[in-house]
Amino acid sequence: MKGVGDSKRMINGHMLYCNAKNPFGSSSVRSLLGFMVLAFAMVLGGSTDLPAAAVDAAPGAVQGAADTVPSGISAPDLTATDYPTVPGVNSRVTVWLVAQLHLWFAAFVLAVPIFVFIIEAIGMKTRDQRYDDMAYEFIKISITAYSLTAILGGLLLFSLIVFYPHLFSYLSEVFGESMFYYALAFFAESAALYLYYYGWHWLQGGFRKWLHLSIGLVLNAVGTTLMFLANGWVTFMMSPAGIDPAGVFSGDTWVAMHNYLWNPINLHRFIANIAYGGSIVGAYAAFRFLSAGRPEERAHYDWMGYNANFIAILALLPLPFAGYYLAAEIYAYSQQMGITLMGGIFAWLFIIQAVLIGTLFLSANYYLWCGMGRSDGAARYNGYIKYLAIAIIGSFLVWFTPHTLVLTNEELKALGGPYHKYLGPLGIMPAKNTAVNIMILFTALSFLFYRRSNRIATVTWVNAGNAAQLALYTTGIANLLFLGIYHGYFTNTVYKVAASIPQVMTTLIIIVVSITLDSLMYRGSREVAPLNWGRVPNRAQYALFLLAVAFTWLMGLMGYIRSGIRQHWHVTDVFRDASPDAYTPTLGYAANIVSIGTILFMVLVIFVFWLSQISSRRTDARGYWKGVQGG
Amino acid sequence: MPKIPRLAQLVLVIGGIYAGFWLIFDLLLGQPIPASLMGMYMFFVVTGVLMVFTATEESTRQLVDPIQALVEEPGRRLMRNVVFFLVPGLAAVAVFLQMQPSDEAPLELRSIHPAPPSSAKIFGKRYDLMSLENPYRHLEKDDPEQFRELVAAGGEVYIRNCQYCHGDKLDGKGPYAQGLNPVPLNFQDIGTIAQLQESFLFWRIATGGPGLPKEATPWISSMPVWQEFLSEEQIWQVILYLYDYTGHQPRSWGHE
Repeated sequence: MKGVGDSKRMINGHMLYCNAKNPFGSSSVRSLLGFMVLAFAMVLGGSTDLPAAAVDAAPGAVQGAADTVPSGISAPDLTATDYPTVPGVNSRVTVWLVAQLHLWFAAFVLAVPIFVFIIEAIGMKTRDQRYDDMAYEFIKISITAYSLTAILGGLLLFSLIVFYPHLFSYLSEVFGESMFYYALAFFAESAALYLYYYGWHWLQGGFRKWLHLSIGLVLNAVGTTLMFLANGWVTFMMSPAGIDPAGVFSGDTWVAMHNYLWNPINLHRFIANIAYGGSIVGAYAAFRFLSAGRPEERAHYDWMGYNANFIAILALLPLPFAGYYLAAEIYAYSQQMGITLMGGIFAWLFIIQAVLIGTLFLSANYYLWCGMGRSDGAARYNGYIKYLAIAIIGSFLVWFTPHTLVLTNEELKALGGPYHKYLGPLGIMPAKNTAVNIMILFTALSFLFYRRSNRIATVTWVNAGNAAQLALYTTGIANLLFLGIYHGYFTNTVYKVAASIPQVMTTLIIIVVSITLDSLMYRGSREVAPLNWGRVPNRAQYALFLLAVAFTWLMGLMGYIRSGIRQHWHVTDVFRDASPDAYTPTLGYAANIVSIGTILFMVLVIFVFWLSQISSRRTDARGYWKGVQGG
Repeated sequence: MPKIPRLAQLVLVIGGIYAGFWLIFDLLLGQPIPASLMGMYMFFVVTGVLMVFTATEESTRQLVDPIQALVEEPGRRLMRNVVFFLVPGLAAVAVFLQMQPSDEAPLELRSIHPAPPSSAKIFGKRYDLMSLENPYRHLEKDDPEQFRELVAAGGEVYIRNCQYCHGDKLDGKGPYAQGLNPVPLNFQDIGTIAQLQESFLFWRIATGGPGLPKEATPWISSMPVWQEFLSEEQIWQVILYLYDYTGHQPRSWGHE
């Protein structure tokens, strides 16, 4: 919500919100930050021409020293020589990889406490200690990752200061207070996390357990705040707010933070982090399952992997909707950005994105199907797997069919033009939305079959209940198809875009109603065969690995797209990127960098997993220590 | 009737789906699936079929056991040698055929819509493309008679200037179309003008191929710079005609 003094202006076709008031009186803080930047730059400058650049780049500091009140912050007009270089180091690739690695770890360490909090609460409610133990094991993994997140965050900060001092200086001018609060919040985050982790076994039972859960809540609140702050900086670079028609920033931190794309990114990242965290923990469970020697260990890590996958799927289901909302908002903010994203050069990366998202759904479903083998009662549902696969793969093919086809000359002639009469219409959003909704519904159906696999319903209305489920899914899918086909192809764009909302609602209603109905049907149900944790094939564990790798790669790819659509701007339409790298790299090059990042992250994650294993190992050092007899 | 071995079932299902694609798209519809897309389709079809065939332990064993027996059993030596020769041999032939030099032009990734600049200089004036609207669009409701006249005028402009490439049915199949690569846009296609604001069309028509943006090059377009041949009014009229003839609605943000 904007304040009373806000005004709405247009610059270069973009809607901008300006507020000349500054409730924080931020110039002094800005000056402080400016000096800090300068100090950092001087320490780090070394053989580069950084100090001179930083002096130029810290107008707040200079103005503050001269006791003049800045009327606004102008973006500097740079040339290629204003960007310090370090021999043998590519500035863009360095910042790109470090930022991406930081983000992967940050996503993981922000997500884990969210579901650890929920699992701990479930454990408290059910008084089942297995949940508490699992929650503890999850948070234990994230502790090492937390250090790596902080190290990579520091590296990112220094990389920005070294390679892009003017940009960093400009952003610290605009976001002065928020950067300061970010640093403070990071202390709070660390304090809450260490208390939460190290106090786990101390704060057990009664009031102490409630206190522990409350610390978890604080940890999540601070973590989410940290992410929202950083999202403000990132989204300002995409959709700057508080800029006057001359390109001068004249708002305050809140105006800059509360820019057009802030909330869409906040929502998207919040949900995506949970799905991602689930997938990484799932990979950890798979790693431990495959290296487990004892059956109890296999059973434990199988159970852990199942829960992690459940969390990942649960968050994955609404994710395409959040993504669509973000893309629609980008389009609404700037047609230019929207077209570059979905119809221009970046559209080809969206085909890879579609393939990876489909891979996520396939891995998650395959894991569920393999997991049905834990119970002999699942044989009743095995016959349905092929139908689920047909629906999911069929939707997947529609989901990644591109709008513009890559054609040889012969194919061009055979088709009579660059358009495929029947596949072309599958290339636009209504077809994609319909396909992804159907994929989500059938994934929910896989989960429903999994839940039923070892039980038989005993309620008298079981046939009526099954008929209701069938009717629910049939009418729901018919509605999805009607909305997608009629509104997508036979009405104008306003209705076409708007139809995605009832489609989402249809899917969500079906999932909620069918799971509720199923829970009622299976209340007091009879177990037809025991559920044997640990009796799951190794290939199901590889599906969990695939889930984590696909997620990581996907995030890297989409992160590049999100950042890359600014093209030759540091801050869209306000601050021009004049560095030698101010061009959009080829798709192959970008994909290679993202892949290198993914491999680096995976190596670091395996290192984290390994560390968590060695902490419980002991070596018998008898004879080494003076006076110690035992090992 | 003896049961078909699981491995043979797998091959038959995959082959059947491939044949189905060919039968439906090539033979019945006369619109073949391009090889670039077919490769992706078949990759995920094979993945999906493998997922179904290995979802249960019993099914996986039925699939894997004959392969394991072929590799391990001493009595199957002859068959093993044949398979071990044939499989890499076929792969080698496939690679050889793919690497053969051909006269085919290399494949190009082409983006269908260039991203418009925020503003553009047209007819000597600077237009904000984000907020620019067709000045005649409101007449569709306010004065339908005048609107029909403008559409008709746009039609005349189109037939005199545009149909040579874009076709008299606006389907991109004008008399000169086959001489151009890429071929002219098909306005009937749901993926072209139906996805765009009228300001985008105004910019593309007025500035033509030379006015394409610097980003995401190389662009290839033989579209003339129509602002040198047509008036501003004529360009807006022809835009009215494009939407009217095809029955599409321009992209907009507000409800009617």
